[in-house]
Amino acid sequence: MRNYVLKRLLLLFPSLFIVSFIVFSLARLIPGDVVDMMFEDQAYAKDIEEMRRKLGIDKAIHLQYVNWIAQVVQGDFGVSLWTKKPVHEEILERLPVSLELGAMTIGCALLMAIPIGILAAVRQDTVQDYTARSLAIGGLSIPSFWLATLVVVLPSIWWEWTPPIQYVAFGDDPWSHLGQFLLPALILGFASAASVMRLLRAQMLEVLRQDYVRTAWSKGLRERVVILKHALKNAIIPVVTIIGLQVANVAGGTVIMEQIFGLPGMGRFLIEAVIQRDYPVIQGVNLTLATIVIGMNLCTDLAYAYLDPRIRYS
Amino acid sequence: MVNQVERQPLASSDRVVSWPGQFGRVGKALIRFVCAKPLGALGGGFVALMIVLALFADVIAPYDYNQRNLRERLEPPSMRHIMGTDNLGRDIFSRVVYGARISVSVGFGGIGMGVLLASLVGITSGYFGGWFDILFQRLVDAWQSFPPLVILLSLISVMQPGVPTLIVAIGILSASGSSRVIRSAALATKENQYVEAARAVGASHARIIVRYILPNVFTVIIIIATIGLGGVILAESALSFLGFGVPPPFPSWGEMLSGSARVYMYRAPWMAIWPGVAISVAVFGFNMLGDALRDVLDPRLRGS
Repeated sequence: MRNYVLKRLLLLFPSLFIVSFIVFSLARLIPGDVVDMMFEDQAYAKDIEEMRRKLGIDKAIHLQYVNWIAQVVQGDFGVSLWTKKPVHEEILERLPVSLELGAMTIGCALLMAIPIGILAAVRQDTVQDYTARSLAIGGLSIPSFWLATLVVVLPSIWWEWTPPIQYVAFGDDPWSHLGQFLLPALILGFASAASVMRLLRAQMLEVLRQDYVRTAWSKGLRERVVILKHALKNAIIPVVTIIGLQVANVAGGTVIMEQIFGLPGMGRFLIEAVIQRDYPVIQGVNLTLATIVIGMNLCTDLAYAYLDPRIRYS
Repeated sequence: MVNQVERQPLASSDRVVSWPGQFGRVGKALIRFVCAKPLGALGGGFVALMIVLALFADVIAPYDYNQRNLRERLEPPSMRHIMGTDNLGRDIFSRVVYGARISVSVGFGGIGMGVLLASLVGITSGYFGGWFDILFQRLVDAWQSFPPLVILLSLISVMQPGVPTLIVAIGILSASGSSRVIRSAALATKENQYVEAARAVGASHARIIVRYILPNVFTVIIIIATIGLGGVILAESALSFLGFGVPPPFPSWGEMLSGSARVYMYRAPWMAIWPGVAISVAVFGFNMLGDALRDVLDPRLRGS
């Protein structure tokens, strides 16, 4: 177990290094110069040379990278070209909202996927199974932004009710603060839940055919004990890996949900930054999100090791 | 096989491969597929419909996609406008039909590029192994740590808006996920004895790859491409929804649902329904077709 954990922790560094390299090259991909492009779009500085010096692109590229990494490690992501505030301040302001939405989404996804997946596997080829599978197919095919748009538009026509568009902070009113996350979390969770549910159902079907489950049945154990204690624990292992993959998708999905429901999170910030070509912000958001995803993947790897003793002792 | 000893007149119940010939065999395989996997066949039908709409949009669409008829703004579905009109009096049905063009071109272009890139990376990584493999796997890992939409937006911010940009960005993104599956397929093929035999006889790496690895990996590629197309269409419509897709006035399903149109949706809900239905049907079609192909072609890959 210790070796496994150590190995996983060590693998963090090359991943983070490559991620930083990708983020760094993103802004440098533009043919020509960032500054020329900025100057064309909006006159940010009277002097192109002054801008170049300010952004540090007058030096050689490897020196730029080293400087940039040194700054990043100290927490200095630069200054937003648009709001003129330090990027890490802007990100810290908006990060909690996105994290909250992401956490609630994954929670909703698991709450939806696990019971339905188990039910569909245990009652295979019944009406419940077909309904569950149809729902899963719907979750995979229906775009989340369409569902969100319908949820915003149709109730206002039918019942004259709209979801709250004005953001409510936690301090003002805890219940409506949580409530405004509920709808986007459910919609986004629906999409993630579909993949998780399908995999869980397949795994449960496989596990329920195993000999040890048959032994449990013949011992006369209650259905709930057999399914939850014996079958689920074995079936859930590959599903944990998929949940790790879903974290990246959920992080992407929050971009759309924040835009539609008016939540001041990092996703919306990113969209504004892309429109403004605000490269320090784009880099900062990318770096933050990628680091969070890598961290979550580490957690799921560790959870995987905890759940599957075969990994621990290999 | 005709029995030469006894020649009897042919009864109508005799099975003879008559004039359909090759077409009959393909037709029979198709009918078997439809009966065995009805959901997949339905998906395939939707896919075919979409391709037909894209190719023959000029003939099928009753109006031009940009034909504004301000006297007929925000009309509900009627005989003249099957899906109603939008805020500028444009026929929604025609716009949906033309929108299929964008989805098909970005979809196939993006997945084509993605699969090409993924095959390149996956096959070389799996076949040659060593430090090359380790390096590329780390790269793919890191690349997959970025949320898809975030990296798409960032790529688009450094390129000019338009269809080629979309294809390149989406292609790069879909390549990362697929390369892993292709790599494991290449690894599995590499273990076969005939590959070892070919090396022993002195076949060059290139020959082995083209002659032995590729045909085995091909099935995996088809499956990935079909399922990946669903994801690509979703990605393209999400980008268009946010306003980063194809520039107007060319219609894209995602753009028709976007925030700027939402103001009018409260009065004209049909504007909100049809493009979304189109996207869902297209993605459903590709997903179901891919699932069915996977079950038929390679049961080892069966996920659910």
